[in-house]
Amino acid sequence: MTVTTANSAGILGPLLTRLTGDEKHAPSANSTLDVLWVLYDRILRITPATVDEPDRDRFLLSKGHGPAAYYAVLAAKGFFPVEWLDDFGGRDSHLGQHPDRTMIPGVEVGTGSLGHGLGLAVGTALGLRAQGLLSAKVFVLLGDAELDEGANHEAIAYAAATKLPLTAIVIDNQSATHGWPGGIAARFIGWTVSVVDGRDQTAIELALADRDRDRPHLVVATVAPKGM
Amino acid sequence: MRDTFIATTTALLSDDPRTAVVLADISAGDFAPAMRRHPDRVINVGIREQLMAGVAGGLALTGMRPYIHSYAPFLVDRAYEQIKLDLGHQNTGAVLVSIGASYDASNVGYTHHSPGDVALLDTLDGWTVHVPGHPDEVPALLRQAAKTDDRVYVRLSTQENKRAYGPKLQVIRRGWAGAPVVLAVGPMLDPVLAALTDLDVTVAYTQTPRPLDTAGLRSLVSRDVVLVEPYLAGTSSRLVAEALRDVPHRELHLGVSRSETRHYGSPADHAATHGLDAAGLRRSITDFLA
Repeated sequence: MTVTTANSAGILGPLLTRLTGDEKHAPSANSTLDVLWVLYDRILRITPATVDEPDRDRFLLSKGHGPAAYYAVLAAKGFFPVEWLDDFGGRDSHLGQHPDRTMIPGVEVGTGSLGHGLGLAVGTALGLRAQGLLSAKVFVLLGDAELDEGANHEAIAYAAATKLPLTAIVIDNQSATHGWPGGIAARFIGWTVSVVDGRDQTAIELALADRDRDRPHLVVATVAPKGM
Repeated sequence: MRDTFIATTTALLSDDPRTAVVLADISAGDFAPAMRRHPDRVINVGIREQLMAGVAGGLALTGMRPYIHSYAPFLVDRAYEQIKLDLGHQNTGAVLVSIGASYDASNVGYTHHSPGDVALLDTLDGWTVHVPGHPDEVPALLRQAAKTDDRVYVRLSTQENKRAYGPKLQVIRRGWAGAPVVLAVGPMLDPVLAALTDLDVTVAYTQTPRPLDTAGLRSLVSRDVVLVEPYLAGTSSRLVAEALRDVPHRELHLGVSRSETRHYGSPADHAATHGLDAAGLRRSITDFLA
């Protein structure tokens, strides 16, 4: 099932080991790894040199839990020195167990409390549109358990009603306590939807590139259930 | 005050392209002309106050200056975590403009009252709090807020004083050199003046309780100080104690009680219940000074 390319695994594996000091990694970190790599390697128009450009693409990690994969990808792409990975969560580290935007170049939002990223992403998309920055795309990543938070559903309904062009990615590892009977996509009425294998980088890339200018887009990236 | 807010903010939308207004249905009709002129910058998210605050955070991240608005209990109490994280934790700002205050909606009950809004914001860092006492004080506060990226709360009320005053903490009526000082916040000034007409006390006024002008207050106080606030009693006690920590003094803090009134009627009825009408204030203050 795992089709992580040798390329990204080869780059990210040692960085993750450096972060966790362990060959094994938390499932929540792993669940996002391929999506994050595809975003930063093939989709997002953002580099270490353009982190403050008004018309950069935005990526908001709403699911701030388990940011190891995020940090590994940002380090691999040169947003901060790889040495930072060695002191993950340390007293004076830039890298906390949840990311803080004021401490890490390239991090758009500080998250950790679930259910905040989608609202911030809606505001970001509205702000870019109001300033005519129409080439800047907005992506936000959530976990399927995070969808339990009611604030998400305020944003989901509003984005659909106003045809806001942003892309939400839900990593589905079936970790929501009461599940999402009928599927996650059924909760995103009015959105275009792609459901992909969250380990298939080619499929992820196609799904992320496939967006309407006048509708919000949902990518459900399915990975193995938590703990398996 | 609400009409003044709508007029001033509507003008700001035309004057400053950074300005955005985010609403959750409340006052949306009054902003309809502005929304027609600036459809990308006047945003009504529907009855979704958490989203309203989150959208403000996102707008601010892109460099805009969001004004968000609703009844105080929905704007502040309900969206407290969004205010804490989507603004403060992101190190961004917004201008929160509330109506309703502690009991303006006196006949609809506690669901629409927010006596605790200023106390809630006091748990967070970096908030400026304005509690204007007159509509004419409102435009300058809103225009000043447009020039910064600070976190600013403007607490509008239907309770108002007969006249407007300047922005600084100021003496309205001066007593003898060692007179007790009564500091009235926002719309509490007129009731305080009415309560104390024949008492030899100094009455001071501020429309900006945060940051409290502690140096200004300290310069006035000889021994006795009374704060009269239109929100939870004692909200400013920590700051007053800090300002006077090395000065022997006595403090009395008057404001809205924590206990629910569970009655309807007019704002004047609620003020009387909380002892914030002229008679109640006079009783509390003369007891304290006796």
